Amino acid sequence: MNRVIVTLVGKDRVGLIASVCTFFANNNINILDIKQTTVQEFINMMMIVDMDGYGGTFESMEKGLEKVGRDIGCTIKAQREDIFNMMYRI
Amino acid sequence: MIELNEVFETNEMVLHENLDVRTITMGISLLDCIDPDLDRLCEKVYGKITRYAERLVSVGDDIGLEYGVPVINKRISISPAALIGGAACRGPEDFVRIAETLDSAAKDVGVNFIGGFSALVQKGMTPADRDLIASIPEALARTERVCSSVSLGSTKAGINMDAVRLMGDVVKETAERTKEHDSLGCAKLVVFCNPADDNPFMAGAFHGVTEADCVLNVGVSGPGVVKTALSKVRGESFEVLCETIKKTAFKITRIGQLYAKEASRRLGVPFGIVDLSLAPTPAVGDSIADIICEMGMEYAGAPGTTAALAILNDQVKKGGIMASSYVGGLSGAFIPVSEDRSMAEAAQIGALTLEKLEAMTCVCSVGLDMIAIPGDTPATTISGIIADEMAIGMINQKTTAVRVIPVVGKGVGDTAEFGGLLGDARIMPVNKYGCSDFVNRGGRIPAPVHSFKNRGGRPSPYYFSIGSAEIATDAGRRVLAIAQNRTRKKEKGCRHTKCQRQHKDA
Repeated sequence: MNRVIVTLVGKDRVGLIASVCTFFANNNINILDIKQTTVQEFINMMMIVDMDGYGGTFESMEKGLEKVGRDIGCTIKAQREDIFNMMYRI
Repeated sequence: MIELNEVFETNEMVLHENLDVRTITMGISLLDCIDPDLDRLCEKVYGKITRYAERLVSVGDDIGLEYGVPVINKRISISPAALIGGAACRGPEDFVRIAETLDSAAKDVGVNFIGGFSALVQKGMTPADRDLIASIPEALARTERVCSSVSLGSTKAGINMDAVRLMGDVVKETAERTKEHDSLGCAKLVVFCNPADDNPFMAGAFHGVTEADCVLNVGVSGPGVVKTALSKVRGESFEVLCETIKKTAFKITRIGQLYAKEASRRLGVPFGIVDLSLAPTPAVGDSIADIICEMGMEYAGAPGTTAALAILNDQVKKGGIMASSYVGGLSGAFIPVSEDRSMAEAAQIGALTLEKLEAMTCVCSVGLDMIAIPGDTPATTISGIIADEMAIGMINQKTTAVRVIPVVGKGVGDTAEFGGLLGDARIMPVNKYGCSDFVNRGGRIPAPVHSFKNRGGRPSPYYFSIGSAEIATDAGRRVLAIAQNRTRKKEKGCRHTKCQRQHKDA
């Protein structure tokens, strides 16, 4: 499994998560988990996805997400899961 | 399962607290490039460096992109050039050619610095060492990315005062040769006591002779992260303070460990060490001085600063040690004045003096670093500053270094601008009284008494050896006296009257 953490930060509105999910669906990337909090009008969302079915490179996925982020006015960032396991788990 | 707050905390560190991996440094042994013909030597050196480090920059960038914490510098360290060039170089100008070869190799693979234009002369200098040292001003003036270091002392060998004297002149000449750029050449030149063979940080990185053919060493950073963590425990006890630094250092170092392992896997090069360091940059918030202020000082340099730095250095090591499978390099907190905005500010208002910085080097990870001093500082005074710092390292069995920049044409109060990561600094006053009679004596300062640790196997608390003579310690004399007393008692009985009587009756 090739797990990646995707975070979205921005002003909440209808269809944000749908846009990100559509991108993943179109690129054969499986969503394993979604968590989110909303503080006032701002949303912090985190997805754990599996990149195994994705045909491209990490960089191309990152660029694709960046474009989705620009379209919906949010910052989207993808990182491999290992970094959080290393920092927060012994 | 990963938690939301963990992810956002990490991203916050990168976005607002300047968290980064400061450097991935590839150490390359050039011992197998040694050749008596200079042209062939340069060809082999260029070939090996460009072959081994071909993918270093792209792999570093890829890892930074995929894990979300940027790798700021990709660098190379090589075996000390005085060893590599010894057979081929007939004079300083030949060593300059080696420096130019290193510079072009660095440019072609895209690394921003290459370290190892170095000589290890803590006990004595070979003709090649002398030639390399003499070539440093020209080499640093003619190249852009080459860094030079000279080891002048160690706890085991003592201090080579001839070389200390020589380096005073070399620093001055290097400043002169690069005076159009505020004597920038001196920012690429450092002298050491007890240097680390696996240091990934510049300007002092070189690939030690006991190292493997090629290794990857990683230097982490993150003063801004520590500062932010400490701002949440203001007014708490030292226990809480220390625990906070340790936990933060652990997280930072884990990133270094992950990056080192990943880079090692992708490049097919063994992982060497992670250097547990807090390395500042001129960026706002990326400062060691800010941490010291957060701990309770009005400005870095105020009384208490040395204690604060000692705490910081020790806790960074304690937190980092468990986070990495191999720890090495310089490991601790760097205190470069020009590269740390708040440190430079403290120096500017007079809170931080050269003498206080010297005291701080007793407990930090390196030494007097990136300090701009007046251009008319005599070479002997620079040698005196170097000798003081070498002595601190030698006696305290730690790495110390000096990287001072006598800025030609500028005096106390002027500002030297180095640009980029090197920052800029107000020129600091230097003690005006001379030490030329001291540094001109020549010869070596002998190694300190506590360096004699390997004489005759297991050390005895009762005797110590100097050469073939065994000399009793105080404890030894006491034990001897007790033994002699017991023998006497056995033969003649105790001297108490009652015992003497009993002895007689028996």
